[in-house]
Amino acid sequence: MTDNNATPTLEVRALSKTFNPGTTVAHRALDGVDLTLAPGEFACIVGSNGAGKSTLFNAVAGSVIPDAGLIRIAGKNVTFDPDYRRARCLSRVFQDPLKGTAPHLTVAENVSLALGRSQKGASLRFAMRKEKRDLIRERLATLGFGLEDRMDVKVGALSGGQRQAVTLLMATIGQPHLLLLDEHTAALDPEATERVLQLTDRVVREQGIATLMVTHDLGDALRYGDRTLVMHGGKIVADVSGPERDAMDVDGLLALFRASAGEDLADDKVLLKA
Amino acid sequence: MTPQVFFDAVTLGFEYSLLAVGVFITFRILDMADLTVDGSFGLGLACSAVLTVAGHPVLGLVVGAIAGACAGCATGLLITKAKINPLLAGIITMTGLYSVNIYVLGAPNVSLLGVTRVFDPIIEATGLPDDVVKMGLVVLIAAAAVAILACYFHTESGLAVRAVGDNEEMSRASSINTDAIKVGGLALGNGLVGLTGAILAQYQGFADLSSGTGMVMVGLASVIIGEVFGGHRSVTWGLACAVIGSVVYRLIIQFALAINLLDANALKLVSAVIVAVFMALPAVQKAMRDRSTRAAARNVMERLLAEDAEALVGAGQKEAANDR
Repeated sequence: MTDNNATPTLEVRALSKTFNPGTTVAHRALDGVDLTLAPGEFACIVGSNGAGKSTLFNAVAGSVIPDAGLIRIAGKNVTFDPDYRRARCLSRVFQDPLKGTAPHLTVAENVSLALGRSQKGASLRFAMRKEKRDLIRERLATLGFGLEDRMDVKVGALSGGQRQAVTLLMATIGQPHLLLLDEHTAALDPEATERVLQLTDRVVREQGIATLMVTHDLGDALRYGDRTLVMHGGKIVADVSGPERDAMDVDGLLALFRASAGEDLADDKVLLKA
Repeated sequence: MTPQVFFDAVTLGFEYSLLAVGVFITFRILDMADLTVDGSFGLGLACSAVLTVAGHPVLGLVVGAIAGACAGCATGLLITKAKINPLLAGIITMTGLYSVNIYVLGAPNVSLLGVTRVFDPIIEATGLPDDVVKMGLVVLIAAAAVAILACYFHTESGLAVRAVGDNEEMSRASSINTDAIKVGGLALGNGLVGLTGAILAQYQGFADLSSGTGMVMVGLASVIIGEVFGGHRSVTWGLACAVIGSVVYRLIIQFALAINLLDANALKLVSAVIVAVFMALPAVQKAMRDRSTRAAARNVMERLLAEDAEALVGAGQKEAANDR
């Protein structure tokens, strides 16, 4: 999967961000993060609350401007590009199923918007042309959620799992270089979580999209993807892949996490969920 | 209400329908309460009157619409670039436009008596009565505007506008420049409002600076009345229902005036009350539903309580029997 000679899909160098600098509530969310993701590589990120996972995603997606550092996507320097322009080469799925879709537009209209993502500016052609509808129907069918028969239903009427499946299709249909999954199954019930995760894995593998996935489930962090990254205190403190990762179980990851994060782990209950 | 009064009310309803459609675009599609409307209406009215007096009635309509669109742009830039609260941004533009409109018109009111208006060449050419031509023209303009807009909102560009009003964050994630869409949407909405003012000046044959006051409420009332006719179904329906709402609003006003329910001074109060009542409807309906749900739940609860009490009494009797 990884090709070391190719231009990395994501290159993050010395990325730092402090919120409310110079005040008593100053918080160093990112502290010199270095991260490289090869084309098609799928990495999971674990870390306690406040470890900097979300800030890292926000900085890569362009919603937060870093204090220092460099971000390249597919070799292009995007450090100061606004988020909507970066959206042409990366997509993001959020935890909240309500965030990724427009509730009053139909399933087909939502997917149509995502198809227009990689283009510059929208055209005056009809959004629901026959060939486009056929393409959307075909792609919805691959999700296995039966949504191809509900194309003209407003998205607001779907369940959380169905909405995340649509969001995932929208995020990947434009062949982005990079996919950011921000705990995208955390709001779903266990069955829907499993279905969406398996769908994620299949879509990402089939299309070979470089992917970063934040999860709170240590088991999933080892089960899915090629690499597992551990964040703590605004830094990436561990990075396992290959045979070392294959041999690792949840207890091993937890031990690694404890060792690299130090003692201040006592109240990280969230992470212990395995 | 005589047939003539009815006819005039319907014509006026279609005349104001573009205002309703403009408000529908900003209020329902972009989900913004835009108060620029009072100012952009007056601006369109003033531009049209001045240019008609100068002998360019058609140009007056075009410039009126463009001027309204510029006013919308100003509000849009205040919202997106200066990050001013949308309500306040509309008030700022509207207030500034009071003065602008006075400069444009050059007098508190201008009469178009004896001046050629857009209707006049058609009346001369066809020989039809004055009000039939007026009705025909405003219906034609309203129908054309709804048809064009309905098509536009089904294009990829129009879909992007609807997405921005529905989920802004997702729109940005779909590489839509939401700021540009908001400015463009406000320009489109206020362009239609400016055009309404421009047509009105030539329709009624005079321009008065105070005409724009309260137009936000007229537009909102029309949109909300229109929604009673099922405007939530689709964007095409929404646009068509805004037109219907505008006509119904005029008929309500005319009816109230005809039966001497109120005098002309109460018009603004009527539109304010209509907007308040119709906007309160969903909350009232929910409260009534909650009440009936609670009543049903109470019946069940009381039955369960009664069963409990019975069981308690039964147990007490058994115990008493055992004691004996």
